[in-house]
Amino acid sequence: MIAEIGQLLLSLAFAASLVIGLQHLWGLRRVAAPGVDLAAANRILGTTAFLTFVLVAASFGLLATLFMGSDFSVLNVAENSNTLLPLQYKFAATWGSHEGSFLLWNLMLCGWTAAVALASNALAAGYRARVLTLLLVLQAFFLLFLLSSSNPFERLLPAVAEGRDLNPLLQDPFMVIHPPMLYMGYVGFAVAFAFAVAALMEGRLDPTWARWSRPWANAAWSFLTIGILLGSWWAYRELGWGGWWFWDPVENASLMPWLAGTALIHSLAVTDKRDALKSWTILLSLVAFALSLLGTFLVRSGVLTSVHAFATDPKRGIFILSMLMLIVGASLVLYALRTRDIGLGGRFGKVSRESFLLANNVLMSAALGAVMLGTLYPLFAEVLSGRKMSVGPPYFEAVFVPLLLPAAYLMAVAPNLRWKESTLPAVLRPMLLPTLAALLLATAAVLWLGPFKWLTVLGLTGALILAWGTADHARRQLAKLSTNGDSGSLGARAGKLGASYWGMVIAHLGVAAFVAGVSMVKSYEFERDLVMKPAETVQVGSNRITFIGVDQGSGPNYVTQHGVFELTEGEGKVIYLMEPQKRMYQAGRQVMTEAAIDYGMFRDVYVSLGEPVEPKPGEAASDQGWSVRIYVKPFMAWVWIACLMMAIGGGTTLFDRRYRLRRAAAPAADAASASSPAQA
Amino acid sequence: MGGRLRIILPLLVLIALAVVFVIGLQHDPRKLPSVLVDKPAPAFSLPALSEGQTVVTPDALKGKVWLMNVFASWCGACVAEHPLLLAIAAKNAVPLVGLAYKDEPADTREWLAQRGNPYTQIAIDRNGLVGIDYGVYGVPETFVIDGAGVIRYKQVGPVDEAFFTEHVAPLLAQEAH
Repeated sequence: MIAEIGQLLLSLAFAASLVIGLQHLWGLRRVAAPGVDLAAANRILGTTAFLTFVLVAASFGLLATLFMGSDFSVLNVAENSNTLLPLQYKFAATWGSHEGSFLLWNLMLCGWTAAVALASNALAAGYRARVLTLLLVLQAFFLLFLLSSSNPFERLLPAVAEGRDLNPLLQDPFMVIHPPMLYMGYVGFAVAFAFAVAALMEGRLDPTWARWSRPWANAAWSFLTIGILLGSWWAYRELGWGGWWFWDPVENASLMPWLAGTALIHSLAVTDKRDALKSWTILLSLVAFALSLLGTFLVRSGVLTSVHAFATDPKRGIFILSMLMLIVGASLVLYALRTRDIGLGGRFGKVSRESFLLANNVLMSAALGAVMLGTLYPLFAEVLSGRKMSVGPPYFEAVFVPLLLPAAYLMAVAPNLRWKESTLPAVLRPMLLPTLAALLLATAAVLWLGPFKWLTVLGLTGALILAWGTADHARRQLAKLSTNGDSGSLGARAGKLGASYWGMVIAHLGVAAFVAGVSMVKSYEFERDLVMKPAETVQVGSNRITFIGVDQGSGPNYVTQHGVFELTEGEGKVIYLMEPQKRMYQAGRQVMTEAAIDYGMFRDVYVSLGEPVEPKPGEAASDQGWSVRIYVKPFMAWVWIACLMMAIGGGTTLFDRRYRLRRAAAPAADAASASSPAQA
Repeated sequence: MGGRLRIILPLLVLIALAVVFVIGLQHDPRKLPSVLVDKPAPAFSLPALSEGQTVVTPDALKGKVWLMNVFASWCGACVAEHPLLLAIAAKNAVPLVGLAYKDEPADTREWLAQRGNPYTQIAIDRNGLVGIDYGVYGVPETFVIDGAGVIRYKQVGPVDEAFFTEHVAPLLAQEAH
């Protein structure tokens, strides 16, 4: 009965979104449609947004209930859960399948729509109505797909006694949090998309458009950053390959909207502050969401193979592709028709903050194009020549580094440039000495650490001057306030600069940490593959690892071979007991490795347990050797912390004063925002 | 870049991508050509599940077209293909050998008792070693083996409605000549 109610609630949400969405899409097709009561339209649209969110949330709750209660008369539950599964994974299994995760996707979309309805009272009535209408129409599309080809509530009759279990790879604490964060990011770009399309529909860009689109784009981008970070960390912990980014098609599918989103949030800043780069910003708003949809298509259609891919069903693929074409195609047609009316907006000099942000846009877009080409190339090759092939990390690293490393250097300079027109010497002169110092420092470090590589020097130099440039800019901003007669405390002056500014500082320092971390880990990581016998010790870097032995154990739904290693530093001080495992999950008989990692600020030591080696005749079984893989990853933690800083930076911008002021004050009071310091 | 081109370009890229995707969807990226196709079926000799028979070996089937279905009681997709296997068994046209892959015999028996047994004989591959010889990487898989003992086709995943007519019936007709 629960399953049927869940399906009914989804159908109601679909019907409401469809009817109200289409009715208003028709009603609002012209700028000043005569006889439209906008206040009434907004009331209906807002109510529908809340209503559909509640319906879909309830439906999601019912699906979770079915999973928690192990109701194996529901196909989805039978295929993705098991009575032995620990409770938190029974819950997470709700989004362990294509159907369930797409329901989560829809829940997120409805959640974003409801949030827009709640927080957009300051928008012009006609504009707000258009944004909500577009979001409701998107909801209708995706709910239709869910109900027609991916029904999570489908019955399995007769019911089975035991479920097939959640894929052991997904039985990880990160399964609880990684997909929701990632989907929040993906789906969040729908809001920026709706803002852009609504502006195109009106045929003019209200100056407030970019200002109001910014927090939504920043929020979505921050969620996506967290989602990608968690996915990457998960792969690092779980797969036992010692890597953290594999350029897998699905990883790339999340990286593409992230790159577009990065370009978008910067482009929005230019449009907000200077009314410039308008058609770029519109296009990026469309592209970021289009790439989220492309990611959804790639993962769920089976058109590419990947560890993440859901069960293949060509019918689903065609459905998502049609939706993608309709949504993205219609928006791009609208863009082609209307962008001339909108124009590029404000002019700026060749050397200005605008031009540097435009360069950032171009670099991000080029990187995006390169990732897309590499991801889709196997598909192109198969379509054109019928041959199977794959594109690996060497390609991606070869194109990615030269495109994105220069961005770090541009970022160090950009905040120092003035809007509209600046002169390069004036900006570069104060940078000269620090750059030289950074270069010397980086060179010395690389010489000391041995093998000398220019790329490492360039990476570390970039990280250093970016960190210095960002921090020094903040220092000078604070100093400027006090020379201008502000006698407030440091905290008060910092507050004056605004959350938006500090968000940028945190995020840019995060990028510096990221560049430093990646340069170090890529240059100085090493691995050892060896066979170890109990009591044997091996020296890795400044640490020694002693193999104690392997014993048997069991978990709630698996049996495990549990290895014990001692990690010692210096004079035999044990600093960490490392316990890698090899688990066999009972339901599916799948073997999973659980690596043991000693995290450190400057290096991770990572041990994964391989296979036992058959003892030689005459050897005692207790002396059995095991193949062991050891990695040392310098500065790995910097990569995670860096991503977290970027996300926190993005999140910080949401607390900017002007968004709070705006909600309290009437929309007419437009001047207040101009006083906050102009920052990208 | 010309103004007009810049405006139209995203649309053109989208259309080009769509064409590639539509063609790409017709291909199955998981359809890896099995190295074993057109090679002799690996020999094995395994304990039989049913009483009254001790070993199962392909040698006894020489001269006949036969099918080998890799299954297990713990496999959910096997439930989905089971009715189709029963239908194939009802035709009585080919021997259908079941390979109980990494499964407890008691579980296999119970599973078959619940759903019906389509197999003419069942081999117990408890540690999955024969599975390795046959390159099994997921359950279920079904092999079509001709009278000369050569693997002619390998179905990865559940068999579908078209499986028998496309991959088995032509072979039967061919061998009948």
